[in-house]
Amino acid sequence: MKLVIIDYGAGNIQSIRFAFQRLGIEAVLTRNAEEILNADNVIFPGVGEASSAMAKLWESGLHDVIADLRQPVLGICLGMQLMCNSSEEGDTKGLGIFNTDVVKFNSGLKVPQIGWNKIENLQGDLFEGLNEDFIYLVHSFYAPKSDEAIATSTYGIEYSAALQKDNFYGVQFHPEKSGAYGAKILQNFLEL
Amino acid sequence: MLTKRIIPCLDIKDGRTVKGINFVDLRDAGDPVELAQRYAQEGADELVFLDISATEQKRKTLAELVYHVAEKLNIPFTVGGGISSVEDVDVLLKNGADKVSINSSAVKRPELINELVAKFGSQCIVVAIDAKYIAGEWKVHLVGGKVPTEIDLFEWAKEVEERGAGEILFTSMDHDGTKNGFANEALAHLSALVNIPVIASGGAGEMHHFTDTFKDGKADAALAASVFHFKEIEIKDLKEELKSKGILMRI
Repeated sequence: MKLVIIDYGAGNIQSIRFAFQRLGIEAVLTRNAEEILNADNVIFPGVGEASSAMAKLWESGLHDVIADLRQPVLGICLGMQLMCNSSEEGDTKGLGIFNTDVVKFNSGLKVPQIGWNKIENLQGDLFEGLNEDFIYLVHSFYAPKSDEAIATSTYGIEYSAALQKDNFYGVQFHPEKSGAYGAKILQNFLEL
Repeated sequence: MLTKRIIPCLDIKDGRTVKGINFVDLRDAGDPVELAQRYAQEGADELVFLDISATEQKRKTLAELVYHVAEKLNIPFTVGGGISSVEDVDVLLKNGADKVSINSSAVKRPELINELVAKFGSQCIVVAIDAKYIAGEWKVHLVGGKVPTEIDLFEWAKEVEERGAGEILFTSMDHDGTKNGFANEALAHLSALVNIPVIASGGAGEMHHFTDTFKDGKADAALAASVFHFKEIEIKDLKEELKSKGILMRI
């Protein structure tokens, strides 16, 4: 199993690396296109502000590489958002893998949403063997519920907690910080 | 729906936990990594590590500790105590901290908040505020509550939010250590004033204090140290109790 975490300078990759280490997998951190293309599974992380993260992705030249990947790809948090058509944050154009536009929470509740929320309406292999439970999130922007949603959550409004299109998966939450439940999701991803 | 968070705080000195003598079944009660894992198993939603050491080695020791905690811990954690620059934060986040908390350094130079937010994002910048009620006003205090200022708690909280902080950790110096409950009146005012999450700190002694701070204080999370360290309150029992009182909990 060769697992790669895309290191383009916008992500708390250490936590993700450690989470896979706890599952017995040593991930490779890289921005080398060839290494990413040759991996069995690919993690696309991201924290921070969307437009600056996207700018870093362009600088790395990896924006084209990601959309062409054929192996299972998992975008985490901002990584998932950048895989969408666009984000309202910094008026950012995304990779267009998921056919949805990321918008800001505007329901009167506190922003960012920080903490543990329930994940519901689970579908597909990523949630194999898992029931609805709590996941850890930190975000101000969200992908609205859509046909590509494979899990939802509610914060004033029901939104996509996870998305899937073909070999591309995206989670708004942090599986690497969501306890044993999150670890199981990462394990499932490795087995895709 | 989003649940309310229970956050044990571990005081760290020279890479070791300061309190916590009642964990007889831990191999090493002074080992922050082991204690952190224990708290996670017991249902803590998040942890805060507050470094109170004042040695020259401090930065390096804390960075190493953060790395070892991140290796083992599968829930989020915040690191605070003497953080005063973009470089400090960069090292801690790279080593695996999820959030950092700044306090005196932000009061001394508020632009630090903007700089950190611009570089790392709001989501990982917590501003801790220590305040004391003096002659009808809440005044911000520095250096772990030792040095008073003329700054008003609520004005400062508003400014902190405007500068982009993702969360406020409010400790009432009047309540801290009393075990008589949180400063719920001030907390409720604070929570209504800002649109970012507020963590209540200072005063936890009994389970109903947590119920009160969520219901009356409108807190988004509650932090405590000694009641958890000395096992006066078990996190599992606390969360069951809060749930039975109608407060959303991750159980």
